[in-house]
Amino acid sequence: MSENAGSTAPKYEDDIYEEAANWHVNTGDEKIHAKRVTGRWRRLKWITHSVWLIFFLGPYLRWHGRQAVLFDIPNRQFHIFDITVLPQDVWMLSLVLLFFAMLLAAVTSIAGRVYCGFFCFQTAWTDVFTWLEEKIEGPPAKRRKLEEGPWTAEKARKLGLKWAIWLAISVLTGLSFVAWFTDAFQLWHDFFTGQASSVAYGVVGLFTVGTFTLAGKLREQACFWLCPYARIQGVMYDKETILPTYDYNRGEPRGRLKKGKVPEGQGDCIDCKQCVAVCPTGIDIRNGQQEGCITCALCIDACDAVMEKIGKPKGLIRYASLDEMEGKQRLPLYRRPRPLIYLTILTLALSGIIYGLTHLGTIELKVLHERAPLFVELSDGSIQNKYRIKILNKTDKDFHVKLTAEGIPGMTLKGAEKPLYARKGNDTSYTVYIKAPSSAIKEERTPILFKVVGIEDPNKKATYESMFFAPK
Amino acid sequence: MSEKSNPHGQTTGHVWDDTLAELTNQPPKWWMIGLHASWILVLVYGIYYPAWPLLHSHTKGIAGWTAVKEYKKDLAEVESIRAPYEAKIAKMDVKAILADNELKEYISRSGKVLFGDNCAACHGSGGQGNPGFPSLVDDDWLYGGKIDTILQTITNGRQGMMPKMGGNQLTPEEIDKLANAIYNGKVTEEPLFTAKGCVGCHGPDGKGMQALGSANLTDKIWRFKAEDQLASIKYTIAHGVNDPSDPKTRKAKMPAWKNRLSETQIKKLAVYVHELGGGQ
Repeated sequence: MSENAGSTAPKYEDDIYEEAANWHVNTGDEKIHAKRVTGRWRRLKWITHSVWLIFFLGPYLRWHGRQAVLFDIPNRQFHIFDITVLPQDVWMLSLVLLFFAMLLAAVTSIAGRVYCGFFCFQTAWTDVFTWLEEKIEGPPAKRRKLEEGPWTAEKARKLGLKWAIWLAISVLTGLSFVAWFTDAFQLWHDFFTGQASSVAYGVVGLFTVGTFTLAGKLREQACFWLCPYARIQGVMYDKETILPTYDYNRGEPRGRLKKGKVPEGQGDCIDCKQCVAVCPTGIDIRNGQQEGCITCALCIDACDAVMEKIGKPKGLIRYASLDEMEGKQRLPLYRRPRPLIYLTILTLALSGIIYGLTHLGTIELKVLHERAPLFVELSDGSIQNKYRIKILNKTDKDFHVKLTAEGIPGMTLKGAEKPLYARKGNDTSYTVYIKAPSSAIKEERTPILFKVVGIEDPNKKATYESMFFAPK
Repeated sequence: MSEKSNPHGQTTGHVWDDTLAELTNQPPKWWMIGLHASWILVLVYGIYYPAWPLLHSHTKGIAGWTAVKEYKKDLAEVESIRAPYEAKIAKMDVKAILADNELKEYISRSGKVLFGDNCAACHGSGGQGNPGFPSLVDDDWLYGGKIDTILQTITNGRQGMMPKMGGNQLTPEEIDKLANAIYNGKVTEEPLFTAKGCVGCHGPDGKGMQALGSANLTDKIWRFKAEDQLASIKYTIAHGVNDPSDPKTRKAKMPAWKNRLSETQIKKLAVYVHELGGGQ
């Protein structure tokens, strides 16, 4: 075999081993202890992470005497301030999901994994957890030493304290999640007096374990191996997408500082590995764009600080597109079809949601035609059909409606002589009959239009088209 | 073959296809945790729930859980929702129930099961009737469509009687004439109707008498509905209904339900039937 392969075999082997030597896959066998930096992007990151304060504080917001935002699953009602969404309007949820999916796509195609780096709960919680870790155990070098060292009283104290705080945050995360689905204040009371539902305890338990494991233990491994977004976002890039990029034209060939100066013929990168040290996923941005990069831009902060110290211009690592690195003209946004398509879908979805929310209506009518039997012949020769009426009252007040029907001349509606009562936030059903003289019925099936009009407020209206069945 | 070292770790020494080797390294830790968690779960489950078959019985489990108990608990939950309605129905008379929209709707929904279990076999799932069993959805009632009459019909049952008219009473030609007149809704124009005494039960207007349960012969609603309606009418005239003297007589009997159903159940059924569409 080796004889036939001839002289090409060694060369191929060299190449592949050279590649393998550089290609280090972070599989979690070594723990990433990122150095914490200060700077522009670090500050921005705290601000964007603070979006999650809404998650923690939102449920305690009150509105007209009740929880402002409440996803009341047992009663099948979603309250969002003055708006109450019933399951009948849940088609909007699909638009909301579409909106966020497209937002993710649009943002990713313009500026990369902004969601991952700045907004994702995994990033945010990990960031807070590692910040605490640094406060308790000290900088990365100390942390590694403590980790490898034997169990001492100090190690037990430090780790115990860290785990206790992590656990507290994890429980709080679980409680905050559940608080969106039940009365928040009542939940705290019930939870600690053992009266909350088993579902509440179960969900808090899951969230506690999940938060602790994901943010405390798995960290960047979740982005590498668990997260589906991390994988699909990567394919939304193109050459125009701006990402934290190492300017290899300027940086290479890299080399160490000599006597505090960058030697002649050497690039600006002084191989200080600060960009690697601060990376929360443990990658080297100088190897180019890679799946482990969550585009958190902390390497930009780290590199800029170094450039400032050695008297070089900032931006050796900066937000730039691949085209820009190759010296191509940057395309304006309106000439890039991908973001435009995303933005169009985004706008359509948003319009749909706005339309839905402003046209929720107050009343809905459903008419179910009786099937067994479809029609009844009466003794005077006329035909009778039976219908089940469902009046959905979407408001939070009871009211009455008048039901009418039209479609066949001379027909009579029985069962809706008196005003019909419509229970608040629910549907109320009634049984009505339509009787029509057989001489007036022209077809086997005649459309019938049912109408309800509010008695207290005639602006509350709804219609429903049903059928009147007759013998052939 | 004895080569046991491999760049990826120790192997068992077995090699397939010259290239495939079996490594001896441990399965991943998460996998082992999952394995142990699984058998612990099986153990806990086996102790907590009824699980293991014994010779004549099975282990009961320390939780005392049984499927029947869970079923009864769920049933009790449903009953507790129904209880306030059922209590009201038990106290009220049928007329008052009819006047209460909410109770009426409750019965229209929950009565479906009661009707399905007891009535639908003869009268059809929607009360539309079957050949030989009257429709309950139209406005043609043998004994009356008022709620009290319906209640009475269900409680005590009904059994009408029409003597056979074939043989000595009417010739086949006369039966033919009468049947045609009934079929065309013009029975009162047929002299035989009065002459042969039909009016005695069916009334001079041919509309029947509800006190007797005699049928209305002027409409197009047939008590004994058939493909060939004319032949069916002739048969009824010839052999009567529930006439003990004719073995070929039509049998039509509504059983009494007072000994089979509770008073509340009968009330619910009466309201349910009244609300099927023909109640008066």
